Amino acid sequence: MDIADSFAELAIPQQSTRAGIYHYDAYDRAFLQERIAEFRGQVERRLAGALTEDEFKPLRLMNGLYLQLHAYMLRCAVPYGILSSQQMRQFAHVARTYDRGYGHFTTRQNLQFNWIKLVEAPDALAALAEADLHAIQTSGNCIRNVTTDEYAGAAADESVDPRVYAEILRQWSTLHPEFSFLPRKFKIAITGAAVDRAAIQVHDIGLAVKRDAEGRIGFEVWVGGGLGRVPVIGNKIRDWLGEDDFLAYMEAVLRVYNALGGRENIHKARIKILLRDVGPAKFTEMVEREFSWIPKEKFRIDPEVIAAIRAHFDPPPFAVLPNAAATLAQQVAANAAFAAWVEHNTHPHKQPGYVSAVISLKPIGGVPGDASADQMDAVADLADRYSFDEVRVSHIQNLVLPHVRQDELFEVWQALATLDLATPNIGTVTDIIACPGLDYCSLANARAIPVAQNLSERFRSLERQYDIGQLFLNISGCINACGHHHVAHIGILGVDKKGEEFYQITLGGSATNDAAIGDIVGAALSYDKVVDAVETIIQTYLGLRTSAAEKFIDAYRRVGMAPFKDALYAVA
Amino acid sequence: MQAKVKAKGAAQPLVITANRLGDGRVVWLAGASLGAEGQWSERVADAAIFLGDAADAGMAVAAKAEAAQMVVGAYVVEVAATPAGPAPLRSRERFRADGPSILTAAAA
Amino acid sequence: MPLLESGQPVADRFTAVADDAVLPDAPALIPLARIASVDAGRNAELGVQVTSSTAPEAIAPYLDRVTLVAIEFPKFRDGRGFTIARTLRERYGYTGEIRAVGHLLPDQYSHALRCGFTSAVVPDGADLAPWRAALQVVTLAYQPDVTGSDPLDGLRRHRRYG
Repeated sequence: MDIADSFAELAIPQQSTRAGIYHYDAYDRAFLQERIAEFRGQVERRLAGALTEDEFKPLRLMNGLYLQLHAYMLRCAVPYGILSSQQMRQFAHVARTYDRGYGHFTTRQNLQFNWIKLVEAPDALAALAEADLHAIQTSGNCIRNVTTDEYAGAAADESVDPRVYAEILRQWSTLHPEFSFLPRKFKIAITGAAVDRAAIQVHDIGLAVKRDAEGRIGFEVWVGGGLGRVPVIGNKIRDWLGEDDFLAYMEAVLRVYNALGGRENIHKARIKILLRDVGPAKFTEMVEREFSWIPKEKFRIDPEVIAAIRAHFDPPPFAVLPNAAATLAQQVAANAAFAAWVEHNTHPHKQPGYVSAVISLKPIGGVPGDASADQMDAVADLADRYSFDEVRVSHIQNLVLPHVRQDELFEVWQALATLDLATPNIGTVTDIIACPGLDYCSLANARAIPVAQNLSERFRSLERQYDIGQLFLNISGCINACGHHHVAHIGILGVDKKGEEFYQITLGGSATNDAAIGDIVGAALSYDKVVDAVETIIQTYLGLRTSAAEKFIDAYRRVGMAPFKDALYAVA
Repeated sequence: MQAKVKAKGAAQPLVITANRLGDGRVVWLAGASLGAEGQWSERVADAAIFLGDAADAGMAVAAKAEAAQMVVGAYVVEVAATPAGPAPLRSRERFRADGPSILTAAAA
Repeated sequence: MPLLESGQPVADRFTAVADDAVLPDAPALIPLARIASVDAGRNAELGVQVTSSTAPEAIAPYLDRVTLVAIEFPKFRDGRGFTIARTLRERYGYTGEIRAVGHLLPDQYSHALRCGFTSAVVPDGADLAPWRAALQVVTLAYQPDVTGSDPLDGLRRHRRYG
């Protein structure tokens, strides 16, 4: 009997056909069931003592299960950040059943549960599988969840939909037989828009998918970017990689890395170190040589297959609408709070009459990226009603309703406001990225969440946030940089000084097309000095900007570090 | 990983901690003399205090508890002995003992 | 130590021979470094053992003289052996035995087979049940491998074990 047939009878609810997710078939579901059975067996062997912790750890990590400070943490994959409303409800269900009723959306567009029990982890994974969700390769020295633009398939500035290739990468990398025990973790991001919202220059592989003059699809390939202990902007090693050679080239990059990446020192094991040590030219040559030997026809994806995958991401049944600019303008004119939300929390859509709406998970004083089970359910309901059953997770730790009718935007805003999910602060100083930090994470040196909360409280005035303008403020609780502090306009890094929490501040980072690593201002500050220090930096900026139109990052690039450093340290 | 205490001062009070294998919760070695694998409490107040090298005996008990699949990742933590019980010196261990310092979305 | 093929223990016809010991007139497994000095007229089978840091290019010149390449896994986290095996198969067309020796977990067994390994040495007294189970528990795969099975839809292929 065909393997998939034996699972075809499983009572798995079907996903909405409107949501722009990759829809599982019987094979995908059979694969997940096999994988859960395998993990269940591994947990049993561990509990029985047949596996040591040293042997079990990489196996549980390959299933997204970490041991953190207070409990096991389950990092669930949200492939390229896209969820159906049914999947969001299943997250809520798992949060209530196996956790404490909430979850944390991450910079990898994933969802983390903080209070999982090892003995219940296989059941939690089985519950996730009911909605075609899993935690495969959200940890471990393997290819991690591929990330992309949270407005993929919707953004007005997009030339090629990156979801198709993100899905191809997802399938190709899932339990890859050769690349599951790499020197270190491996992160891939892909964008298809003019503005890079996927931070491709700070990934192990960054891809920009585009079209040439003849309309053919190809990729710009960046390699060796990354944050962590050695933050570095990647190198572009290919300006054009044809669609036919896409996977063969990925194999070549990964093979060179698997064979030659550092394995002695965990801090020198990422591909960026290999690239730095041999030099970009030599590295590119090694990849191209490997590529020349790879049997390319084996990795060439049949155009019919690409078309079939693309069909999963066909546009939902949009109504033919005029641009509702007039109605919207009326509503905006009549309601200042709505106006502020529209200005800050929406993004232009390629379909006339539609817009993408950002759901802020950064309420003033809240935990960045956290959502309660009730909020998840409510967002799922809104997605059903207003966004073709679909929700996105952004790497800024917010949610997005990707396809909202402009003439329904006011209703969406009203509904979000009653859920405390309508804070109009996207892109402002309170839209803070924060990792779990020392409140949860066993790797952390210092807390990140309370620092974010205190900053959010300090800058709670919307008037002030808008006066300050666009400002990306990111906080990491340790040098692993899950909070992306290196690429923030103002970055805050938690460090340990003799058992106490200290914070190092960086300025001038950027994660987008003009990617840059922030510069360290000076000596680290104690926990109770951080908020005042940020205040000082922002006051300095407000005092020296040429006009309200000059953004923080532009002002910093114009004047450099000195005025900020003087303001922070001269007085003390 | 938290580094083990390298130089154990003669009078430095120490306790032993680990995570319980089955649910990952923080536990503290409470009574080294009670059974080969010791007794493990979720409350740091219950932790047995070892002075200096005496912690080696506690770690031997912890090793047995690890081998018996009770706990995982046992290590030594420096504490101050207070009337309320052992108080970890490092911030990391204080958060392990007390739980997250923040209100969660569910509790807010 | 037991030698597994397709999850079953089989007899090992090769004898491991140390660097300076006399080569028997029987199948012999020697370190790669020694093969250059082995008499080209030797008739009995020859195998070479390589470390995980060995470049496949260094093995390639001798592939027509050997019927076994044994690849060491110094620790199970070291995944270089997967790339070595796959390169021997896909780039050099080697069709003889490829054997995993050292620290390989049963949970990695199917990865190894899909990269071109045909056998694995397991520790004395090891429970073979997880090794056998590893061939049955996950039977679906999404990407091409060296087993050459037909694609279902281009990305997704059935696994097939010898």
